[in-house]
Amino acid sequence: MSDDKIFDEMWGRDGLLRDPYSEFQSWFDAEDNARLKAKQREADELFRLSGITFNVYGREEAEERLIPFDIVPRIIAAREWQKLCRGIEQRVRAINAFLNDIYGRQEIIKAGRLPAEMIAKNEAFLPQMIGVHPPGGVYTHIVGIDLVRTDDNQFYVLEDNARTPSGVSYMLENRETMLHMFPELFARNRVQQVATYPADLRRSLAACAPPAADGPPTVAVLTPGIYNSAYFEHSFLADQMGAELVEGHDLRVIDGRVAMRTTRGYQPIDVLYRRIDDDFLDPLNFNPESQLGVPGIMDVYRAGGITIANAPGAGIADDKAIYSYMPEIVEFYTGERPLLKNVPTWRCSEKESLQYVLDNLSDLVVKEVHGSGGYGMLIGPTASKKEIAAFRKKLQARPGNYIAQPTLSLSTVPIFNRAGLTPRHVDLRPFVLVSPDGINITPGGLTRVALKKGSLVVNSSQGGGTKDTWVLED
Amino acid sequence: MLGKTANGLYWMYRYLERAENTSRLIETGQRIGLTRSGTMEWGSVMQTAGVAEGYAAYRGEVTQDQAIDWMLRDTDNPSSVACAISEARQNARMVRTALTNDVWEAMNACYMRSKDLFARKVSERDLPNVLKAIRQRTALVRGATHGTMLRNDIYDFARIGTFLERADNTARILDVKYYVLLPSVFAVGSTIDNVQWETILRSVSASGGYRMAYGNQNNARDIAKFLILDKRMPRSLGFCVSKIRDNLNYLASDYDTRLPAHDIADQLANRLSSHDIDEIFEYGLHEYIQSVLNAIGELGRQIEQDYRFYV
Repeated sequence: MSDDKIFDEMWGRDGLLRDPYSEFQSWFDAEDNARLKAKQREADELFRLSGITFNVYGREEAEERLIPFDIVPRIIAAREWQKLCRGIEQRVRAINAFLNDIYGRQEIIKAGRLPAEMIAKNEAFLPQMIGVHPPGGVYTHIVGIDLVRTDDNQFYVLEDNARTPSGVSYMLENRETMLHMFPELFARNRVQQVATYPADLRRSLAACAPPAADGPPTVAVLTPGIYNSAYFEHSFLADQMGAELVEGHDLRVIDGRVAMRTTRGYQPIDVLYRRIDDDFLDPLNFNPESQLGVPGIMDVYRAGGITIANAPGAGIADDKAIYSYMPEIVEFYTGERPLLKNVPTWRCSEKESLQYVLDNLSDLVVKEVHGSGGYGMLIGPTASKKEIAAFRKKLQARPGNYIAQPTLSLSTVPIFNRAGLTPRHVDLRPFVLVSPDGINITPGGLTRVALKKGSLVVNSSQGGGTKDTWVLED
Repeated sequence: MLGKTANGLYWMYRYLERAENTSRLIETGQRIGLTRSGTMEWGSVMQTAGVAEGYAAYRGEVTQDQAIDWMLRDTDNPSSVACAISEARQNARMVRTALTNDVWEAMNACYMRSKDLFARKVSERDLPNVLKAIRQRTALVRGATHGTMLRNDIYDFARIGTFLERADNTARILDVKYYVLLPSVFAVGSTIDNVQWETILRSVSASGGYRMAYGNQNNARDIAKFLILDKRMPRSLGFCVSKIRDNLNYLASDYDTRLPAHDIADQLANRLSSHDIDEIFEYGLHEYIQSVLNAIGELGRQIEQDYRFYV
């Protein structure tokens, strides 16, 4: 981890071309730069036309923006992927078992492996879910595991996304765009498909239909509406799955079922893939101000009238404070040693840890426990003295609100720009589907790339871009 | 289908049609402005587009320059071409799952082009080309709709929105200009009459169609007949209403349910099929058009209710 040279996924540490990239490299060498530049512009045009945009919160003038797309694929060999998959599957199994336990008998606390206050005082823990058994025992139907790579064989889990992981539409559209622009590349490389994801998602959701469902399950996607930053993805997934895209005001509780208002009257929904937060789901049970949810849906849910994916309260599993216990959690529920590493984490709520963090702010990444999207974090090594001093005050005022981690030297993958191929830091979010029939990991995922030289921040809200992610056939 | 989706489709196509109609009215206005001195015609053009009141409230005195900008790209005017396209596209986003890729991309491209074209004030010299470009873009959306959408309830709601807006537009043009068509007011064949009649025909892109159907002699009776009753004319009231009725009937058989909107549509369509133009003049052209406008409004409201557009 402290090696000076950064691991590049194309050129390794020593500039020797790595195997998965060999076909790409020979193709690239024979390509004309001007043509590739034109292709880059063509890609932007394709994305703009398809409307694959996101909204940046708090920026009126930039209502819809494109996430920059880079045409150089990120390529993973079959054997690397298989190994990763084993680790991901183990972790997802553990997360689901943890949720079953934490809303059930809480054995992990009784066993002394997790302090009780980590749960009791946690905002992500929903007491309303205690004793609720979701259909098929599945709490997290859709999971995104954020990974970073530091070496040939070294992957770390940066965070788990067990609530409503987003970005899968980019995985799919990025591939479509690459297939459209560079068909010859796919003739030279055998790349595993991602296009089955929507059908897999639908099947996976349908397999979790509630007891009240009769006949083929009706699936709907619940969106906050067209002004939400991920609206494109919500409509994209509904479209690709052949599901209805509903908003709270389309729904109401009738005869113990959640039903949607159609041109022919109200029709019950069996499985609701919701893309709104727990707090907004049900004004009767959670935030009474919510206009986005469905009054009474939690009561229907508890009575087995509907499946909500992901289950309310699943966020306790991806909470940044819980994250630091993930190695224990994996071991406790699977009886195995974790295959994927956790990043060492200091919980600032603990006195000695806080002291260590305060003493080493310029070397650490400090994150808000409940934050997301790269907002409100400090990246010590690149922060100015002023920023560090300001952050120190915030940290001292509310230490329990923060965790800290060492800065990992994230791997790089080349992007194509004026200088040709130039290394930039990346992360990876594979998408995992969980159903009673098993765990399905789409070969690939979303690669986010920091477009600024040296930057470690890959979030789209902070100017990051994306790449197509290839997993090669064996 | 969700009630909200039916609503979104209906309004997407209403706004698309509105954008086209308004751009056609601007074109006509400019053309008349060239052949006649002064700007007196713009007040009447804005009235036809149903945007005169808003103009009076926001802009006041009528000038050609301001009238064009108001109808073309003013964001204070919800029916300006720019706003109508942006509304159509917003509705398309809302009902994205009901549209084919081709339709969505054509709609999105139309919106992106209009954003470019309307980024700054359009000069008089550029106006014809800008209007042409807009109408080409909206035509592409329509073409993709015909060529790629299933003939199901989705298509029916899209068509109902289109024809309700179009009928409303044609009726409003007739309503504002009805006095020009009354045989008693002006001496037949005067220059003023000819210009006014030409204006009416241009407003509905029908100069050529009229000539084909009725020959080179413009006369008020034939023009009124052409725009109210002639089923060959795709913007006539008779044509639009019979299309609405057809699409409502497809819905009725699809859903196996007849609703109050069907009776209203039937009545209206029967009226327009059974009357002849002399009866209409006898009844009073103005009164007749007013009654059709009211019936169209009522039909629209009934459709919203019958198909649960809103909670």
